[in-house]
Amino acid sequence: MKRTEREKEFSHRVITRRGLLLGSLQLGVAGTLLWRLRDMQLNQAEQFHLLAEENRINLRLLPPVRGLIFDRNGVLLAGNEQNYRVVIKRDDAGDIDLVLSRLARLIDLSDEDIERARRDMLRNRPFVPVTVAERLSWEEISRVAANAPALPGVTPEMGLSRHYPLQGDTAHVVGYVGPVSERDLEALEAPDPVLMIPRFQIGKSGVERMQEDALRGRAGSQRVEVNAVGRVMRELDRVEGTPGGNLHLTIDAKLQNYALERLHGQSAAAVVVDVASGDILALASGPSFDPNLFVRGISGPDFRALLDNDHRPLVNKTVQGLYPPGSTFKMVTALAALEAGATNGQETVFCPGHMDVAGNRFHCWRRGGHGRVGMVAALSQSCDVYFYEMAQRCGIDKINEMSTRLGLGIRYDLPINSVSAGLNPTREWKRRNRNAEWLVGDTVNASIGQGFVLTTPLQLAVMTARLASNKAVLPRLLRDPMERAARETASLDLRPEWLRLIRRGMAETVNDQRGTAYSSRIVADGQVMAGKTGTSQVFSITRAEREAGIRRQEDLPWNRRNHALFVDYAPLDDPRVAVAVVVEHGGGGSSAAAPIGRDITLAALNGGVPPLSAYPAPQRNRIRAEQIELEERLRPAQLLRVSRA
Amino acid sequence: MSYLEYNTKRMPAGLAKVLYVNWPLVALLIAVAAYGFVMLYSIAGGSLHPWAEPQLKRFGAGLVIMFVVAFVPLWFWRSISGVAYAVSVLLLLGVEFFGSVGMGAKRWLELGPLRLQPSELAKVTTIMALAAFYDWLDLKKTSRFLWVVLAALIALVPTFLVLRQPDLGTAMLILMGGGVVIFAAGVHWGYFAAIIGTGAATVVAVMQSRGTEWQILKDYQYRRIDAFLDPTLDPLGAGYHINQSMIALGSGGWSGRGFMEGTQARLNFLPEKHTDFIFTTLAEEFGFVGASSLLLLYMMVMGLCLLSAFNTTNRFGALLIIGVTGTFFLYFAVNMAMVMGLAPVVGVPLPLVSYGGSAMIVLMVGFGLVQSAHIHRARLPS
Repeated sequence: MKRTEREKEFSHRVITRRGLLLGSLQLGVAGTLLWRLRDMQLNQAEQFHLLAEENRINLRLLPPVRGLIFDRNGVLLAGNEQNYRVVIKRDDAGDIDLVLSRLARLIDLSDEDIERARRDMLRNRPFVPVTVAERLSWEEISRVAANAPALPGVTPEMGLSRHYPLQGDTAHVVGYVGPVSERDLEALEAPDPVLMIPRFQIGKSGVERMQEDALRGRAGSQRVEVNAVGRVMRELDRVEGTPGGNLHLTIDAKLQNYALERLHGQSAAAVVVDVASGDILALASGPSFDPNLFVRGISGPDFRALLDNDHRPLVNKTVQGLYPPGSTFKMVTALAALEAGATNGQETVFCPGHMDVAGNRFHCWRRGGHGRVGMVAALSQSCDVYFYEMAQRCGIDKINEMSTRLGLGIRYDLPINSVSAGLNPTREWKRRNRNAEWLVGDTVNASIGQGFVLTTPLQLAVMTARLASNKAVLPRLLRDPMERAARETASLDLRPEWLRLIRRGMAETVNDQRGTAYSSRIVADGQVMAGKTGTSQVFSITRAEREAGIRRQEDLPWNRRNHALFVDYAPLDDPRVAVAVVVEHGGGGSSAAAPIGRDITLAALNGGVPPLSAYPAPQRNRIRAEQIELEERLRPAQLLRVSRA
Repeated sequence: MSYLEYNTKRMPAGLAKVLYVNWPLVALLIAVAAYGFVMLYSIAGGSLHPWAEPQLKRFGAGLVIMFVVAFVPLWFWRSISGVAYAVSVLLLLGVEFFGSVGMGAKRWLELGPLRLQPSELAKVTTIMALAAFYDWLDLKKTSRFLWVVLAALIALVPTFLVLRQPDLGTAMLILMGGGVVIFAAGVHWGYFAAIIGTGAATVVAVMQSRGTEWQILKDYQYRRIDAFLDPTLDPLGAGYHINQSMIALGSGGWSGRGFMEGTQARLNFLPEKHTDFIFTTLAEEFGFVGASSLLLLYMMVMGLCLLSAFNTTNRFGALLIIGVTGTFFLYFAVNMAMVMGLAPVVGVPLPLVSYGGSAMIVLMVGFGLVQSAHIHRARLPS
């Protein structure tokens, strides 16, 4: 706005006055700053200089004790053991080569250890302590302590380090810890200062990693006065940290151990789920590996050996392994057909050994055909043609729906890595991923769990538990030890008469003479099981190959053979456990997978190596021989003792 | 007010403007920035990388920007003040809704390849808006309640938005910068007394109520306040840094340990040694002489600018200068007080010295405005 000269002058006066006021205020503040600076730098300079040079106050972080991991009964799966180690600081050591060579005369150090320590020291900033040797004996650590004057910069320390007493048994579930890496730090927004402690270990895989926050605890701190050579003169104050929380898994360590040993030598997976609660009692993926190797820092050759092993020990096949479910999927197709009203379950279908669909011939596994079969017989004898027919009647959409309802194609929320969702192929999926329309042949393939369908062993166990209970069982791995009441599980709302048909089919699979798993039946009272075998093609034997004489799986190299699958639940009339077994390239479900499923089921029901009386009399001698061999590999009882107070 | 209102007869135009630049101020700014280059070179262990060289380039760019801003006539800046303010508030709202998160706070707005930090922009535009507001407002209405409330709102809106990001340091700078302009414009001191009084009373009430039945805040909130005021209560976080900072600073003595002789090892524990804690290194390596001379330089900048403000009858120009320098003052005063353990730890850099681009460019724009007000000042009738 226009202002008169008087107004301008007034404004100028006001601004000048206020500006001078502000200026003097600022001058005052600056004076205070200067005074403080003078006070610190001139009056107290000597004090601070002393603090800086001779008596530095060091803040030390006290690493928290990591929480323990127990199995469902209180058996220790992951603990902490005392660990004497020697650390060295470059800026205190001076001539590091000299100090290291002196140290090598006192304790056992390989050239590789020395080289690694040198490298670590030169790579880190000079004041960062580098661990030279770990897991020393008391004598060794005493020798280092006694020779301290000749070893500047070297400090003997006692720390805790992670230990997995059951070694490979729960490696895929519990996982392992390792030193914090730069990548770990970058991934965090505000890293806990405790992570900066050299060699501090955090969860790298499995429960250790996914439950890191619960297990780690909070660091304490200690302010100490140290002299120029870094020796602690006195402790000024101390804030205690809080130890990490303990975790209880649903795993039964004894059963887990048995299951893993039962898979011995095979590339295979076995899952046991508690039908009522969804608790995962065993999650065995064979072969396994010793997580303690990773805690100590695995050597190059050891790691190479794990990577190069064609049985892939590092992969958790129970949740990561994707397998076509083969005939174990037939329950899904059967229920989908019933639900869609495509059959009443009583009618029969004629199986001539093959079926022609849209110009293609689809074979039944039995070349000669099954003749007339109803649903129960189709399940127990695993007739493919019956399901080809049913699938065409109800369509892929219904099969998808039922598959999801039974827990397939879903990623379970579990605290372990790489839990796969499997694949529940839909029309939409094929359009998007294969850029092709869904064909009736795809439906026919899916009906017997081939084609695009992929499941994990855990999903198959959950499916079986759902069939056994008619409840929407969800697997879980963590357990609240205070929990008293059983979890409420929603009903699946499958019609009881349909479920009865399915269950009869599964019961006859194992207990009827014509059933595919008859040789794996259980005869003990109250432990009889129901199950379903599956054999899923990895590579189909082409017509050309078939004509060239390759008919039997044994003629193929190991990694081209079929996967063997078996799912079961037991006891028949009051199901408690559901089991799924997948043997990679095992050949046939009934020969390779069903006996394993039977033994693990019995172990789960009996809490240990199954009694011989559970097996049909003619098999007992052979089974006893197998058991003796297996018992030698089982973990000693004291490791499976309850260690929780 | 149109540009005609300036005393055009004595107003420099074209290249002649170069002669009217406040050259002593330019020299002082370069001197201050030189402290930064030297320290960044030293902290990097005697290397232009990774900090000194980018800082040099940025300061060079800042100088160019300052001159560009300076040569644009002041009436232009006045006429766009309102729009600039509106745009920066919109950008702040943009951060609120679309901002990208980094280091636990939302501060950046990504517009294609551009990364904007609207809170930095708001520091300058709030001051511009308030200066223009008081330039427009009838002098008689300056202290009227509703007009004071309006002015307060101009400062509070961006403050609140920045506080939500959350960025306490910047929010405080915006609010105080605005407060300085309102104060300089001549708003009755009673308003300030009332606000300071109410604030003090609230603080006293909140702190006194602790442990009584009518306790106002929750226990954990009190603990947070404690840790904020006394960092030693949080020995793992801020307290550790302040402790190390004070030891290093104090041990500098009269003339310091010498260039590049600072106890790097210990300072390496300071994560912000090249940004917020750079004054510590300066005080350690160059002692009281180095630290107080920088303080002196800063105060000379303040003095020159205030003189320039007193020498113009252009209300907008004078208020602009006082606002920009007020913010500048807050920067270095808060930063120095923090590293000396006199103030809580808030992330405020040492202006023109700390490593960092956004704040430096904005400051140089601010000084460009100061120069523009100086060049295009309305001369006092002699």
